[in-house]
Amino acid sequence: MSLFEVKNITVAFGGVKALNDVSFDVDKGEIFTIIGPNGAGKSTLFNVISRIYEPSKGEIYFENKNISKTKPHNISKLGIARTFQNLELFENATVLQNLLLGRHIYKKTNILSEVFFTPSARKQEHEYRLKVEEVIDFLDLQHYRDTLINGLPYGVRKNVELARALCTDPKLLLLDEPSSGLTNEETIDLGFWIKDIQSLLGITIIMIEHDMSFVNKVSDRILALNYGKILASGLPEEIKNNVDVKQAYMGE
Amino acid sequence: MRFIFKTKYSQDINIAKHNGDRFWYSLLILIMAALPLVLDDFYLGEISYICILSIAGIGLMILSGYTGLASLGHAAFLGVGAYTHAFLLTNGVPFYASIPIVIVVSFLVGAVIGIPILRLTGMYLAIATLALGFIAEHVFIKWEHFTGGNRGLPVPQPEFLGMSFYDSVFFYYVCLVFLIAAMFAAINILRSPTGRAFVAIRDSEIAAQSLGVNLGLYKALSFAISGAFTGLAGALLAHYIGYLAPDIFNIFLSLTLLLLIVVGGMGSLHGTVFGAIFVGFLPQLIAICRDYLPSSIGSQPGLEPMLFGLILVFFILYEPLGIYGRWIKIKLFFELFPTYKRQTFKKQKVFTKSDRV
Amino acid sequence: MQLIQLIIDGVASGCIYGLVALGFVLIYKATETINFAQGDILMLGAFVAYSLIGLMGMDYLTGFALTVLIIAVFGFFLDAVVVRQIIGQPAFATVMLTIGLGFIFRGFASIYWGTDIFSFSTPFSGKITEFNGLIISYVNLSIIAGTAILMSALYFFFTFSKIGVAMRASSENQLAAYYMGIPVKFIFSLIWSISAGVAAVAGVLLAPITLVDTSISLIGLKAFAAAVLGGFGSIPGAIVGGIIIGIVEQLCGTYENYLFEGVREISAYLVLILTLIIYPRGLFSDKAEVKKV
Repeated sequence: MSLFEVKNITVAFGGVKALNDVSFDVDKGEIFTIIGPNGAGKSTLFNVISRIYEPSKGEIYFENKNISKTKPHNISKLGIARTFQNLELFENATVLQNLLLGRHIYKKTNILSEVFFTPSARKQEHEYRLKVEEVIDFLDLQHYRDTLINGLPYGVRKNVELARALCTDPKLLLLDEPSSGLTNEETIDLGFWIKDIQSLLGITIIMIEHDMSFVNKVSDRILALNYGKILASGLPEEIKNNVDVKQAYMGE
Repeated sequence: MRFIFKTKYSQDINIAKHNGDRFWYSLLILIMAALPLVLDDFYLGEISYICILSIAGIGLMILSGYTGLASLGHAAFLGVGAYTHAFLLTNGVPFYASIPIVIVVSFLVGAVIGIPILRLTGMYLAIATLALGFIAEHVFIKWEHFTGGNRGLPVPQPEFLGMSFYDSVFFYYVCLVFLIAAMFAAINILRSPTGRAFVAIRDSEIAAQSLGVNLGLYKALSFAISGAFTGLAGALLAHYIGYLAPDIFNIFLSLTLLLLIVVGGMGSLHGTVFGAIFVGFLPQLIAICRDYLPSSIGSQPGLEPMLFGLILVFFILYEPLGIYGRWIKIKLFFELFPTYKRQTFKKQKVFTKSDRV
Repeated sequence: MQLIQLIIDGVASGCIYGLVALGFVLIYKATETINFAQGDILMLGAFVAYSLIGLMGMDYLTGFALTVLIIAVFGFFLDAVVVRQIIGQPAFATVMLTIGLGFIFRGFASIYWGTDIFSFSTPFSGKITEFNGLIISYVNLSIIAGTAILMSALYFFFTFSKIGVAMRASSENQLAAYYMGIPVKFIFSLIWSISAGVAAVAGVLLAPITLVDTSISLIGLKAFAAAVLGGFGSIPGAIVGGIIIGIVEQLCGTYENYLFEGVREISAYLVLILTLIIYPRGLFSDKAEVKKV
């Protein structure tokens, strides 16, 4: 039984079809990577999943529930978290505040209890913090808790965004180009972390990635897109040797 | 430089981060409480006015400084608060009952206005609130049954706790207590999930949404909370002025509130108090300027808007973090002396982030 | 008949709103900022024209041209010296900056020219023509004709002149234009200069009707309604929006009794709010906006 299923998704901007009849499914516990040249529709696909774009056709199922009509702010409550290609962090807040926002979906207090900061509000803050600290330990962010995002190097920011997504306790994690802009060492670390997220936390991952050696190392299955259409999908070995994929990438 | 050794999560949750904070803020409150012993009625009145401005500033700061939504018509909320309060008092509602009603009414007005215009962003929102400010001013003029129209509305000064609002010492304490209460309420909101959601909306709507923040709901909530604070300030302002005329709540007052938060420092509650002090003493400052300028210029009525504009432009261009930002820099200078580097606060080069496709 | 009369008057005042709105649109298209001081620049234009024509006795057309030139140069340096410094800052900063500039201009005007109400004579003052029982004043005609001439001039400028095309390119995509060797900063200042010039034209055309004092800068605020109605990105939209606002105002003024008292003064703002609620992108918006993530 697959955890996540995309069925015949088509997205059109004006006359241009950014995605054309794309279908695939992802099993629980998998690392599923989407590759493709620029403009292939990879990020569009993520934006359809997080309900920022409206597909003109097709449905998306998560845990056998159709989420094509779910409100964008309810997606994370279902257990789907994501990161962004160009980092969307809360720049003028500290790392800790960014991560605490990852717990927002578990909010139980109302505005009155917050104005008076009742014991229940205080207790909730403690609970949030416990989970956030787990993630901080997991991703080695101890040094940066009280630093503003503004003052952080790029690699750490990427980490914070990953951490923020993990704070929501997701079942499915969408990573948009997690390795872009990272140094070689950072990319190697990231590879270990992604494997750990899969095996230790049991989170299913869908990832958009360009770095093919990285992709081949961590992915269980790969989907190749080009011009909004599925080019090929399968195990890393199969994709590596696929003629169409080679052609799309190398123009051979 | 102070290093805080953290051993409990509550240290991050508490308002006072260390005993130094506790000491200085308690001292400040004590000094404020003792002021009537040394100051005369005139200065107490001025400081009461600054307290009122601060409360209104907190309201606008939550909306603009923390949620990132501009409002160019915030005087309307002062008006709503002031007229509602005066109307209730005139109809025999006691002070202690009127204030909560005023807060609830302004909260609801904020929510009702917030819901339709919360789809707007940036410039559009600024323009819409500007227009709403004009419409509100007009309503205050034309809805004579409620506001007395252009004739104005005298504000009853009832007894409260056996004291009269004509007593400037008593009024000063009322304003001070409300300011402290408002400050605590604002801090509490900002250290709770709701306050963090506001900041999230300010910094990245798209990420806030993907983390489960309902943009529409929280923007409306921010508007409503902002309205509640400003409405409360309006009620106190009604007592301070004593006689309400609709042209008090004009665009110039809205812009004064904006000047307050810009000069004080966007995104800081300290800033609202600094800004209120600045705006409160602005008329005196202008009077001083008049004395020093040649009388041909000094006596001109245009001097006031001109200085107002110059201050605004100066702060936007050269001190975008306001007085509070300057204060932080000075504090850091002494803490790090002699290793302070100017570059620490150098403005980052930014490129236009387009909202278009 | 009365209705047509109202519409003609509405069109004339609407043209002024449209011209001011045009200034908003030009700057918004290029830099994605809004100049809240547009109305104050209009006021400066009217005052400069008063100085040149009314005080120094210059011929109307010469004075008109010189006013537009002075204000356009002023607009250029306003951007080059002040506004450019905050490019890329949040929208809020620009809003506050231009509001502050507006206050400075108004303060300056009332210090330099005083707070009295001035007027200067134009070739159109006081003359009317009758047509089928309609009374049309020369002033209104001059406004409508002036707007039409200016619009066609701008149209040809943006479509055919090299610099006009460069401006359009810069507003479509700053970075690409920059790479193509277009001096984007200079172009932006030029756009500020054109939009200030347009405001000056509006100020001079308007002067015979409202006379010259500092309060005419408030027209800038009503012109927002025109710009929003037109979609804030479309040049013809701004003019059409302006004309609609002008007509609505006239109608509201005449039929006030059927609506509610004082509706005329706030009609522009009501239209603005309604437009924003119903068509947040305006009536003439050309493309659906989707933010790229």
